Amino acid sequence: MDNGVFSLGLKLEDESKWLKNIIVYAVEGEIPLRHKVRLRTDMNRLLSLLFHQGVLDEQFLQLQQLQDETSPNFVSEVVTIYFHESEKQLRNLRNLLLDREMWDYVKLIIHLNQLMGSSSSIGAKRVRNICAAFRGAVEQNNRSACMRALEVLEHEYCYLKNKLHELFQIEQQRVLGDAVRYPGVLHP
Amino acid sequence: MSAMFSRRWRSQPETTTTTTTDVHVLAVDDSLVDRKVIERLLKITSCKVTAVESGWRACQYLGLDQEDKTSPEFVNGLKVDLIITDYCMPGMTGYELLKKIKGSANFREVPVVIMSSENVVARIDRCLEEGAEDFIVKPVKLSDVKRLKDYMFGETRGTIPSADKNNKEEKGSFNKRKLQEMSDNSPPLSLSSSPPLSLSSSPSTSQSPPTSSPSTSPSPPNLSPSTSPSTVSPSNSPSPPTESPTTSSSPQSPSSSESPSSTPPTSPPFSPSQLESPTMRLKVTNYDQA
Repeated sequence: MDNGVFSLGLKLEDESKWLKNIIVYAVEGEIPLRHKVRLRTDMNRLLSLLFHQGVLDEQFLQLQQLQDETSPNFVSEVVTIYFHESEKQLRNLRNLLLDREMWDYVKLIIHLNQLMGSSSSIGAKRVRNICAAFRGAVEQNNRSACMRALEVLEHEYCYLKNKLHELFQIEQQRVLGDAVRYPGVLHP
Repeated sequence: MSAMFSRRWRSQPETTTTTTTDVHVLAVDDSLVDRKVIERLLKITSCKVTAVESGWRACQYLGLDQEDKTSPEFVNGLKVDLIITDYCMPGMTGYELLKKIKGSANFREVPVVIMSSENVVARIDRCLEEGAEDFIVKPVKLSDVKRLKDYMFGETRGTIPSADKNNKEEKGSFNKRKLQEMSDNSPPLSLSSSPPLSLSSSPSTSQSPPTSSPSTSPSPPNLSPSTSPSTVSPSNSPSPPTESPTTSSSPQSPSSSESPSSTPPTSPPFSPSQLESPTMRLKVTNYDQA
């Protein structure tokens, strides 16, 4: 699991490549259509993959529908909050499970419910479902199943976070590209 | 377009004065993610939103924590048209908040909608019995909010969208009850033509909503007077009706014995029973019913 700090920055090598592209575009005055199309296609491809894998569901699309020129960063804002909150919950869960003696089942359920709820609200289907399975294990007092569930949950959460980062990176590139073409339209 | 853009950027938080036609919603949810989403959903449907994180804060906002000390000016200045609250919250649950609101002199008329990720019929029933206007299963979608706004405050009051034929069984008796009531009654005057509703169960017994004790009549500020008094008593309570079942949920005009224009136990000018409630939406597919 990464260090838990959410960062939307591009990786260093991507940045320099992107800067180069921007200079080229500034000089040429135009984004090659093939590049725009590629970015669009990349985003769609990634989204399709995530849907196909069951990582995301239609609620994520719903969030995208809520994003427009008046709220141009809505999805990334909500997802950022989700990451922040989720990592808190995951830490809570892990701490509760570290207790060798008695597990606080009530607290476990509370945290799981919270994580489940927010996952469902952003369309993070797989994470949500694992929370449900985890909750079942807690209700059955099945300690080993709980431990396994936590591992799976952390793994799935990491995967989701990485993929959503990727998605936002592609989107950022698209926005930057548009900004070069249409100066003054760059969204904060 | 740029004018719209700049106006939005300058728009202030919801506590500033709003025009009387704006619907002001108080949203209560302990989850920050959910608050952000519901806020956006409401704003996109042109509502003003105040979002708070707990039932206690909601009570504070409404002045319910010291109702005996709240001045009329305070209450009059505070225009809340709808309260939408999560069910599961630490401290005060949505259910407890609902009870407080329905027990308050100043805000019992405000419609309260409960949201919950758990589709538990007993929970739904309990909320409706206590006077909740409706119950939305999370995750909340734009179509839910649009429908809610439309049937409570919109121009399309009285319209039943095409029936939800694929009601999942688990939504169960709540939806069946509502569907039952709808099909029991002759088509209301204000309704556009609607296809026959398909019920997945046989007609139940007197499930019709009578006058439940807490009055749940909403008072939308822009209710047009020409709306037919197709008032129906709150469709919410499954408890044994106090009057004859055949008339109690009629959306028709005053010919029914439960005349809408009479007193409390009140029939709000419209009621979710006659209109497609958000909880009747399909969760399976993604088509937009708004």
